[in-house]
Amino acid sequence: MEYRSFVDIYTEWDIVAARQLGRNEAKNSGFGTVDQARITTAISELARNIYLYAGKGRLEIERLSENGLHGIRIIASDEGPGIQDMRKVMEDGYSTSGGLGAGMPGVKRLMDGFKVDTEPGVGTTITATKWLR
Amino acid sequence: MMNMRIPILKLNDTLIVSIQWELDDKTALQFQEDLLNKMHETTARGIVIDLTPIDFIDSFIAKVLGDVISMSGLMGAKVVITGIQPAVAITLIELGIRLEDVLTALDLENGLDKLQKELEA
Ligand SMILES: Nc1ncnc2c1ncn2[C@@H]1O[C@H](COP(=O)(O)OP(=O)(O)O)[C@@H](O)[C@H]1O
Ligand SMILES: [Mg+2]
Repeated sequence: MEYRSFVDIYTEWDIVAARQLGRNEAKNSGFGTVDQARITTAISELARNIYLYAGKGRLEIERLSENGLHGIRIIASDEGPGIQDMRKVMEDGYSTSGGLGAGMPGVKRLMDGFKVDTEPGVGTTITATKWLR
Repeated sequence: MMNMRIPILKLNDTLIVSIQWELDDKTALQFQEDLLNKMHETTARGIVIDLTPIDFIDSFIAKVLGDVISMSGLMGAKVVITGIQPAVAITLIELGIRLEDVLTALDLENGLDKLQKELEA
């Protein structure tokens, strides 16, 4: 059975709560300090994007066990405005909020798997996975 | 949760900041403002920011730190960042963030030395 936990994102404090949950899950799953930092950073980026661009949403963390492989999956979902131009959003430095534009391309590099499901006017779900080596 | 303020210490013409706990967004922005105000009040010429206990830096905190360094430069002060953990350095690079032209040192002691040399140069 998969173990799941989540934090609903409404305020800036929930970003802190989400990454604390993620750091604990990563530690308990056996990830080393560098991967813990990668996972915590990825969660922080995705949770902040929910807060900034969708207003609210949910950050879920799932412990994975597949074919003898173990890992962690982060699922960031919101019912916000969705993303119009995926190609732009994945470019380093692209931001509509005066940010560094490092979040989306950064999370892709920090994690092993990265998938975006988005539809303008409906919302966005981002799934990012890290495997224990 | 309470909004915490990061203490800023003054030693001669240097401000010393040791960030001891995980930064939330509001605390980071408050710190930016407090540090610039303190610089203005004290005419400090150098700042050392120690990040030893920090185990991750995301793009928001990186931006705040980068802005603090640029703003301090505008006000005529030099900043040295100390104690960046290996995991933090690795994730910052993977995020695509390069704190270019930033003075760094291994720990607070080396940071103060480096700052002194910079200010004398
Ligand atoms: N959940 C989301 N819903 C809608 N738009 C988003 C979402 N996440 C990211 N974006 C868009 O993608 C852009 C790039 O995001 P990111 O790489 O995290 O950089 P930044 O947050 O610094 O702008 C954002 O400026 C925003 O326009
Ligand atoms: Mg972002």
